[in-house]
Formats: sequence, C-alpha cells, structure tokens
Amino acid sequence: SVNPDLASERQTASFCVEKLTALLDGGAEQTRIRRAVVEAIQSDPVFSRENQYFQTQNERYEAAVRKAVHLQKKMHEMGWTENGPEYKYIYRALSGDVAFLLHRVFMRSISVLGSDKQIAKWIPLATQLRLIGSYAQTELGHGTYLQGLETTAVFDVATQEFILNTPKISAMKWWPGDMGRSATHTVVFAQLYIHGKCYGIHPFIVQIRSLQDHSLCPGITAGDIGPKMNFEAIDNGYLMLKNVRVPRENMLSKFCEVRPDGTYVRQGSQKINYFTMTTVRISLISDEVLTPLMKACTIAIRYSVVRRQSKLKPGEQEAKILDYQTQQEKLLPQLAAAYAFHFINDYLQELFDRGYREIQRKNFDMLPELHALSSGFKAVITHHCTAAVEICLRACGGHGYSLLSGLPSLYTKILASCIYEGENTILLLQTARFLIKCFMAASAGQPVPPSVTYLAAVKPGKCPAKNKSDFLSPDIYTEAYQHVAVRLITSTAAKLQDLIQSGAKKYDAWNQCTVQLVQAAKAHCHYITVKNFAETVEKLETKAGIQRIMKHLCDLFALHGIFSNTGAFLHDGYLSAAQMDMVTASYLDLLAVIRKDAVPLVDAFDFTDKSLNSALGSYDGQVYQRLYEWAQKSPTNKMSPAYERYLKPLLHNALSKL
Amino acid sequence: AAAMTMNADLRRERAAATFQPLLLTHILDGGAERTRRRKEIEALVLNDPDFQHEDLNFLSRSQRYEQAIRKSSLMVMKLREHGIADPEEIFWFKSFVHRGRPEPLDLHLGMFLPTLLTQATPEQQDRFFMPAWNLEIIGTYAQTEMGHGTHLRGLETTATYDPSTQEFILNSPTVTSIKWWPGGLGKTSNHAIVLAQLYTQGQCKGLHAFIVPIRQLGTHQPLPGITVGDIGPKFGYDEMDNGYLKMDNFRIPRENMLMKYAQVEPDGTYVKPVSDKLTYGTMVFIRSLIVGDSARSLSRACTIAIRYSAVRHQSELKPGEPEPQILDYQTQQYKLFPLLATAYAFHFVGAYIKDTYHRISGDINEGDLSELPELHALTAGLKAFTSWTANAGIEECRMACGGHGYSRCSGIPDIYVTFTPSCTYEGENTVMMLQTARFLVKSYTQVSSGQQVTGMVSYLNDLSRQRIQPQQVAARTVAVRINDPVSLVEAYKARAARLVEAAAKNLQAELNHRKSKEDAWNRTSVDLVRASEAHCHYVVVKLFAAKLSEVTNAAVRAVLTDLCLLYALFGISKNTGDFLQAGILTSAQITQVNQHVKELLAVIRPNAVALVDSFDFHDVHLGSVLGRYDGNVYENMFEWAKKSPLNKTQVHESFHKHLKPMQAKL
Repeated sequence: SVNPDLASERQTASFCVEKLTALLDGGAEQTRIRRAVVEAIQSDPVFSRENQYFQTQNERYEAAVRKAVHLQKKMHEMGWTENGPEYKYIYRALSGDVAFLLHRVFMRSISVLGSDKQIAKWIPLATQLRLIGSYAQTELGHGTYLQGLETTAVFDVATQEFILNTPKISAMKWWPGDMGRSATHTVVFAQLYIHGKCYGIHPFIVQIRSLQDHSLCPGITAGDIGPKMNFEAIDNGYLMLKNVRVPRENMLSKFCEVRPDGTYVRQGSQKINYFTMTTVRISLISDEVLTPLMKACTIAIRYSVVRRQSKLKPGEQEAKILDYQTQQEKLLPQLAAAYAFHFINDYLQELFDRGYREIQRKNFDMLPELHALSSGFKAVITHHCTAAVEICLRACGGHGYSLLSGLPSLYTKILASCIYEGENTILLLQTARFLIKCFMAASAGQPVPPSVTYLAAVKPGKCPAKNKSDFLSPDIYTEAYQHVAVRLITSTAAKLQDLIQSGAKKYDAWNQCTVQLVQAAKAHCHYITVKNFAETVEKLETKAGIQRIMKHLCDLFALHGIFSNTGAFLHDGYLSAAQMDMVTASYLDLLAVIRKDAVPLVDAFDFTDKSLNSALGSYDGQVYQRLYEWAQKSPTNKMSPAYERYLKPLLHNALSKL
Repeated sequence: AAAMTMNADLRRERAAATFQPLLLTHILDGGAERTRRRKEIEALVLNDPDFQHEDLNFLSRSQRYEQAIRKSSLMVMKLREHGIADPEEIFWFKSFVHRGRPEPLDLHLGMFLPTLLTQATPEQQDRFFMPAWNLEIIGTYAQTEMGHGTHLRGLETTATYDPSTQEFILNSPTVTSIKWWPGGLGKTSNHAIVLAQLYTQGQCKGLHAFIVPIRQLGTHQPLPGITVGDIGPKFGYDEMDNGYLKMDNFRIPRENMLMKYAQVEPDGTYVKPVSDKLTYGTMVFIRSLIVGDSARSLSRACTIAIRYSAVRHQSELKPGEPEPQILDYQTQQYKLFPLLATAYAFHFVGAYIKDTYHRISGDINEGDLSELPELHALTAGLKAFTSWTANAGIEECRMACGGHGYSRCSGIPDIYVTFTPSCTYEGENTVMMLQTARFLVKSYTQVSSGQQVTGMVSYLNDLSRQRIQPQQVAARTVAVRINDPVSLVEAYKARAARLVEAAAKNLQAELNHRKSKEDAWNRTSVDLVRASEAHCHYVVVKLFAAKLSEVTNAAVRAVLTDLCLLYALFGISKNTGDFLQAGILTSAQITQVNQHVKELLAVIRPNAVALVDSFDFHDVHLGSVLGRYDGNVYENMFEWAKKSPLNKTQVHESFHKHLKPMQAKL
C-alpha cells in the first residue's frame, strides 16, 4: 500500500500527470513504447540491479558482460533493431549498467572515419560481436588537448605497415572503456610519421587480444586502470604499444590516406566528421545528465514528504520536511532546472537535426554556432545538474549517504560528465571565443548567427519592474538575463581590447581574461535557457493545467538564477536594491506554490522503482521498511572472519595482560 | 635504495618559494615543539610493520572492515605501550594508523568511554569502566534512529520501568524507532549506550541514557530480544560497521540507567537532574573538531590538486612554446588558490574555537558560563559554514584534476566521501545555521530594546546609533580599502549587520501578519540562513586578519597576508550582490575587487606548492598518487593500476563464462 503521506500529495495535483509525461516523452505513443521496453527489460532477472550496491568491482564487471551478451539475445527475441523506435529506450531501461558501450563508439568511428572498403570489412564483424571494439584516444598525459597526444604510428614502406609505439609512460592510453579486460580491437589515435615527417593525429585499428583465447597480442600491454568513483561495471583500461605492426589498410582513411609509396593524401571535407564529434556532446545530455537529475529529484522529493521531523506548530504532528522553506529552497530549484534543461535539450536536438540536414546539402554555415552551442551547453548543463544531484543527496540527510538511497551512485556517475567529451572550462572558453568574435562582428555591423543577434541590439536601460508580481513576467526576467549576458560579453571584449592595445600579446591577454570569459559564456547559455523555457511555456496547450504549472517552474528557474547571482544583476544598476528585494520575495512565494505539486511533478518523470533502485524514492513511499529489509541482505551481515580473527582475541582479554 | 628523483617541475617550484615552509608548519601546529612531537608520533606509526597493509582501494568492504579492526586493536595496545595519553597526541596516532579514515572503535573511544566518565555514577564506573578500558566491553552510542536524527525529542525508543523486577524494558515500537547509523554497532560492539524515552509510573520523562548489553560475551552472538546488524554499503565509511539495533522487550537492571544526574528510584520515583549546561560544552567541543576537520580535509585536497597541477602539462599558452603547467592557467588558479586560502582560514578558525573552548572550560569549573551561549551559537554556524565550504571545495579540487581526479588513485574521492557526512552528523547544517540565526535575532532584539551585546555580535550595537539617521543600517558607504584586511573586515561586518537586520525585520513582518511564531520563523528561514552565513563569513575573515599580527617572520607574514586578502576579496567577488545591494561597495569598487583577485592569483602562484607543502602531509597519510611529494605521478599510476582486482589474472574469467560461449554461438 502507498504511504498515506505520499498518497495525499497525489490527490491534490493541479495538473494531469499522464499528460505531462507524454509531453516529456514527445507524445503518448512514445510513452507507450518506452514503457513496453522498460517492462521487457526490467521483468528479466538477468538485468536485475538489486544487488549491485553489494557487489565488488569484479562482480559488477562480470554482471555487465553477462547483461551485454544477454541483451543481444533479448533484442533478437523482441524484434528490436538499432534503427527501431525502441532502441533509444533500452539504455535508459538498463540504467547504463551494461558492457560494450565503447564497442558502439568503435563502430561509429569506423562508420564516420573509415573508407567504404573499411566499413564493409569491419562493421559486419562488429555487429555480430565477432570482435569487441574500444576507442583509445585519451592518454595518461593528455585528455581534451588532442594535439598533445604522444602515441606514434610510423609508416614502414618496406612492409607496408604502420609501427605503433608508446614512446613514454605519459603516452600510455588510459581510460578507454571496455579496453581493460573485454576488447579484442581498438581504434588507436596516434601521431602519424612518414619518412620522418609528422602529419598529426590519425586513427588506426589495432588488434590487442587474441580472438581465440583472449590473451594479449605480441607487443601489447593492457589492463584495467583500477577502481574509480563509479563505472565499476566498466573496465576502463590502459594500453601500451611496443612495435606493434598493423597493415596499411588499418588506418581509417575516409579523409586521409597513406599511399603505398608513403605519399600522404587528404580527401573530402572533414567538416562532417567535426560535426559528428560536436553532436556527441548534445547526445549525452538526455541519458547521462538529465535522467540522473530527474531520478535524484524523484528520490529526494518523495522522501521529503515521507520523512517527518520536528514540529512546525506546537501540538501538531511532526512536519514533513518538504514543508520547511529551507528544504523547498534546496530541492524545488533543482526540479525546475530539470524541466528547464529538458526543454533546452529539445531545442538543441531540433537545431542539430536541422544542422545535419544543412550539412548534408553541403551548407556549413551553421557549424560555428552549433559548435559553440554544444560546447557551452554541455558544460553548463553537466555542471548545473551535477551540483543539483549533490544538493538532492545532501537534502536527504544521513540516509542519503547510504548507497541504498541510490543517490551516491547517481552523483558519482553524473559528475564524470563534467570531464568526458571535453573538460568544461575548456569548452566554455571555446564558446566564449565564438561570442567575442560575434560581438566584434555585430559591432562592425556584420551579420551574426541567430542565437547571438541579441548582441547587435544592445539597449542600455533599467529594469522597468514596479512590484514583485512584475517579476513573474517572462519579458521582464528574460530581458534582465539578456542584459547581463550582453554586459559581460561587452565588458570582457573591451578588456581584451584594452590589454592588447596596451601592448599585451594576444595569448597573454586571453589568459588574463579567461575567468571573465567563462562567466560570459555561462551567462549566454543561462539567458538562452531562460528564454527558451519561457517561449516553450507560451506554446503549451492550456488544457489540463500543464501550461500553468510549467509557467511556475519557468518563473522559479529564472528567479532562482537571479537570487543566487544577485551581483551580476545589480552591478550596473540594471536592477535596483529595491527590485532585488522584490525578486527575493517573488521567488520565495513561488516555492510555496510549487511545493503543492512537487510530488506530481516528479511522478511525471515516470521512473519505475527498478529504475530508481532506491530505498528512499520508491513509488509507494515505504521508505523505512524497505531500508531495513534491504540492509539485512548486505554481505557484511553474513558471519565475517573479522570476529574470529581479531575481535575474539581482543574481547578475550588481550589488553588486561598489559 | 634511493627513491625516485623528484620531478623537475616540483623541484623548481620549491626552489622559487619566498618563505620557509617549515616556519608555516610550526604556526599551523601551534609551535615548533608540537611539530616535532607530531612527526615523532607519525614515525612511530609509519615505521611499525604491524600497521602496513595493501592499498585499501583494492579491498572489498568486508576486507576493509577487517583491516580496520585489526589495526584498531593493535592501536589501543600500542598507545598504551608508548604511553601516549594526551588527547591531541592520541588523535594524531589514530589518524596516522587509519590515514584519516574512521574506524570501528571510534564510538567506543570517543563516546562510550567519555559518556561513562561524565554520566555514570561511581558504582556504574566500577562495573563498566575498567572492562571497557580493557576492551572486554566494546560499546557504542546509539542515539540516531531510522526516523529521527538531529531532532532528538522525536526519538521513539522506549525504556519502561518495571518496579516489580526493578528492571527497564526496552522496546523499538516501530520500524522508524530502530536505532540506525551508530558506528561500531553493526558487528563490533557488545554493549551500547541507548538513548530512549523513559516511562515510569505511567509518565514519559523524556530522553535518558541506558547501558544495554547487546551481544553475548564469549560468543559475540546477539542476545535474545536483540536484533543487530550492519546497515549496508554507504558512500564512504567502508571500514565502519554503522549498525542497526532493534529491541524487543529487552530487560536491563535498574542500575543500567546512567544516573549521575537523573535517577529512577527502586519504587519508580523519578528524580529530576540538576540543570546540566555541561552538555553544551561537549557539543562545542565536537563541533570545534569538525571545523578542524574541514580545514584538514580541504588542505589535503588542495595539496593533491596543486601538486598535480604543477606536474601536469597541457595545451599551449604561447604559440610554439612547450605545453605549460596547468597551474599557469588563470582559470586553474582561480579554482584552486581561493580554496588554498580557505583552508588556511579554517585552520585558524579551528584553532581559535579550540583555544576559546579550553579557556571557557576553565571558567566553567569556576562556574562562569556567561560566554557559553554565544560560543555554542557561534560553533553551530561555523560547523555548518566550514563543512559546507570544505565539502564543495574538495569536489572542486577533484574536478580541477580532470579525469585522473576521478580515479580512486587520486585519493580525493576518498577524502570527499569520508568528509561529506560531517554536513549531516552532529547537527544537520541547515538546522545549525538556524540555531546561530536564533542567537543573532535574539541579539538584534536586545539591541533594538536598547541593550548592549558583547562578543562577535557586538557590531549589532552600531545599529542603535544608526537608527538616528533615516537610512538603513548599512546604507552608509564604508570607506573600504581593498588592500587592507582590517578594512575588509569592516565591509564583512557591515554586510552581516545588514543581513541580520533584514532577516529580523522580515521575521517581524511575518509575525505581524500571522499568528504562529513557528510559521513566521519557517517563512523567514531562507533569509535567516543567509544572515547566519554572512555572520560566519565575517567571523572567519576577522579571525584570519587577526592572525596576521601574531606572525613574526616577515616572509611568512607576507604570504599569509596575500592569502588573507585573497580569501576576503574572493568572498566579496562571489557575493557581490550583498555588498552592492547594501551600498557597502560601489560597482566601480567591485570591478577593482575582481581585478585585484586576479592579481593576487599571480602573486600567490610562485608560492603555491610551498604553501601546500607547509600543511606537511606525509605521502602515506595523503594516500594519493597525484599528490605525491616527489611528483612522479604517471609512473606510479601505472604501478598502482596493475594491482587492480580486475587485473588479477591475465584473462578475466568473464571471457570463459560469457564472451567465448557467445562468440561460439554466433
């Protein structure tokens, strides 16, 4: 039965939960397909995650391999294909807890970077899992800065082979998933040398393990890089190459080819390839970033209406902790952020689909803008959501610290997203470079891409709000965000100019402004997120209460951003001190409004209990019972050798002899 | 054999420092003699083969618990062998043995024994103390329940007195009343001090403490009526058997209630305790430990991140030049140096609270408790302020180490998971902030009614003088000199005054609109927390600035002054809105502050490595491949990884179990 404290929250929902779920899924039909996939996966005991919190790294890895193998069978049984509508829900249903994810990156890189001949040779083998692939780019000494990679591939004209080497310890490949124990092949990125000349980074297919007995191939040293904060199921690996020879045909050669005589030939445009890399940053947002945040919000908010602590009014029952303003102030902005980023993700997906169509028509005009947006939003969303999950974790007090709450593993997983696919600070600086360039162009009256046209229309002024309800007007707050973004970009550009004019070298001036540049890039992304949220709300259907509650969340997201960054809005007097007090009052009022719908708003995310895998967040709210029963299954509650070995001698008087 | 040579980058960094790290270490330790003694004790542990073991990162939880128990029992024995009895020296010894991690006997040594000393009658001490001292009895302190933590009055465990047998009957009446979380309860302890609602003669007398045997001496099996076990895996604390305890009509003799203060007579008559303000003292003491722990944990993370940033080279700053150390990037300095300054600030705050506590404890014995309420209120807020800041700071340090920070070999994940529960235990941070706020509002009310307040809140006295003018309190422009720590203390003071006043006024406005005091308080609590934070921030800046004048060595004082300025200015640049809104600083001054922060980053840069060296963490204690003193990071990452459990066999068994059969079928 459902805990009455949770049941009562659902009775007062101001909107139709099922309709909101359909909106999030992109239609009721999508909801139906998603639920069918989740049901098929989660009813299969092989995919169970119930024991994962008790398992060692070895056990987790083994389970992930078993699941990956079983998934092949399952897909066949269910008639799911890689191009079918079900495919994108499989990963979500598994919560990512499955091996061979890098195998897919291996395949994609061959499809994108390989010649037709190479695709014809490798893709069928990979599809049938006759080999297991990985993708070896990052090295011990180099990550985001690819030009710095040190692995070498030297072309030997005599044998028509590339000789791959790891010249020093920092050149060892480090981190690639599936490579520590599973992979038989990997795409190695190395500096290409022909006749002593370096041609930069190129990809090579290298076999690292025997297809017969899985032993390491000659010249290969590989293994697991050891325990991490999460991803226990994945065998992130190291790889050292010593005079490993691969045939000339193993260099992926869609864009660059080495002819038998050693002639180096470039062909075609790399721009599509470049675009694909950019797309990866956007494609990870949904599963790797938004899903964990939505789960964390679900767990923390459900638990906060089940947990009662201390009294709000004398003589009454202890209050639900969600009734405390401080708890609302922790959780509800995170909930609003989950929705805000969901909608900006929709917007980005659409933009990238359009970009893809343009690029196929050989129109590359959108590329710089798409690159800037993907870098900036990857950084801003991963950073914001990571912090948000941690807030949810800590808002659950002591019980949040138990792995059985599900929150620690959500946190340790999402935080890796701040680093992979480009370290966030570096990405923000790339966005900033684009913004500065566009600002200069706009100032000179040249045309700029749509997302930055606002830079051309700079209008100084003050916020016109007169009372606190004015701050519930999207025009008012959107303009405030725009103003801050313009101000930060303008002032940073001016600072850069100043430094250069006073004789500083360009790169020095840039480094001296990087802290400001990062802030400017964040402000730009924040502005677009708020603007997009407001525009999305505008277009929603007014029926079933959806638009009203989304409007509240949009207001909350926007005002929370101002409230937590007051200085940026006060700085040039755009908002006055009195207006800032209105923002605060309006913001705090909204907390109480959204409080009433908090549980329905997380129910709409529609996670099953098995997806959440949390003692605190289950749909029925039987928190304490579940925590107690689950804890008893912990391996530490089996008889431990520690008693016989250490405790017994201790208790039997070891010390009284002193 | 000679160790590997020191990494050239680190060698260069150390040679370029403008001060002697050892002198700064002495300041942190509280004198050269303390440093000497600390290192002596460190050597005792590090040179003892009994305390060596495999890297804990590669062990399962059960194995880690087992290692910890082994070391803990040896530790108790060796402490006595070495005759170490001073609390701080015991703390050092313990933290070297366990490398800063918790251990299963923590609650026995830190709560069970001290509680016996302070709350047991002489007769009870005779029965329990020596056996507990000799570890025949291992005890824990069972307070928190599944359903209740910080709010103690809500605890549900009952102890009902039965005069016919002169026993207490202990019960866990609901699932939520099961004791949950106490350290050492799951597997280690055979006794627990249990906090329960006392019922006698049909009346509830509130929470009292009882000594409850839970496991059979000899067999270690749970006693009939007792259900006890481990609460399962957690974020960290792998070596600790945090436990659960459920009691079912479990009877203990009347004499097992701790009766130094309150008593239950044989016929069930309840004798009230004389007022006991000393518990305040205990709380102050424990919270001062957490402030110190915030400083230490953040220092460890900074040490790792800054050394690694000096070793790691990446990308290019100037075209055509070699890849620079990542510590040369402004964004990296902006991430790390303010945290380094914060770690120093918190060290001095921790030392201040400890000293004040010892000074006041002296007074307590002479009956002067006048300073205790303020110290109690102050430490609640500082516990929250420092632990929140350190918690976030540790994560920033980890992020600043990029991908390698995410590996357990960096040591930062471990520091984080060990530290983060201090935001919750010994008083949940938000609740702590609100306690401080209650004191601030009370002081504000006193000032409003014409009384003077003293101590750290005395800045509120200025409010009454201000009131003559029509303006808001702080809406006068303080002539802030951004190069002068003393002047910055004034700016922080003005900010705190403004936010305390705003919160107090909002609270009053709510009270004017509503009936219930509690409701008004709740509706103002976000403002109240902000006020507390501003107050704590002011205290930290003030204590840091005050410390500077005590430093005699000019070179050390210069570098600490840079750090103090950075701490204060960075705090302003992160909270510009507060200073702008109150008119304490103008926009032009804010721009100067931001600029000066960046200049200070460049000033501190040459001393960064020396400043973390001064924390003087031994490599074994630091437990980080990235933060090694010699900087030989990459070689040792490889050595470390080879020991991973997944690498135990050349071909993993999963290949034979799953991969091969599948490939055969296809």
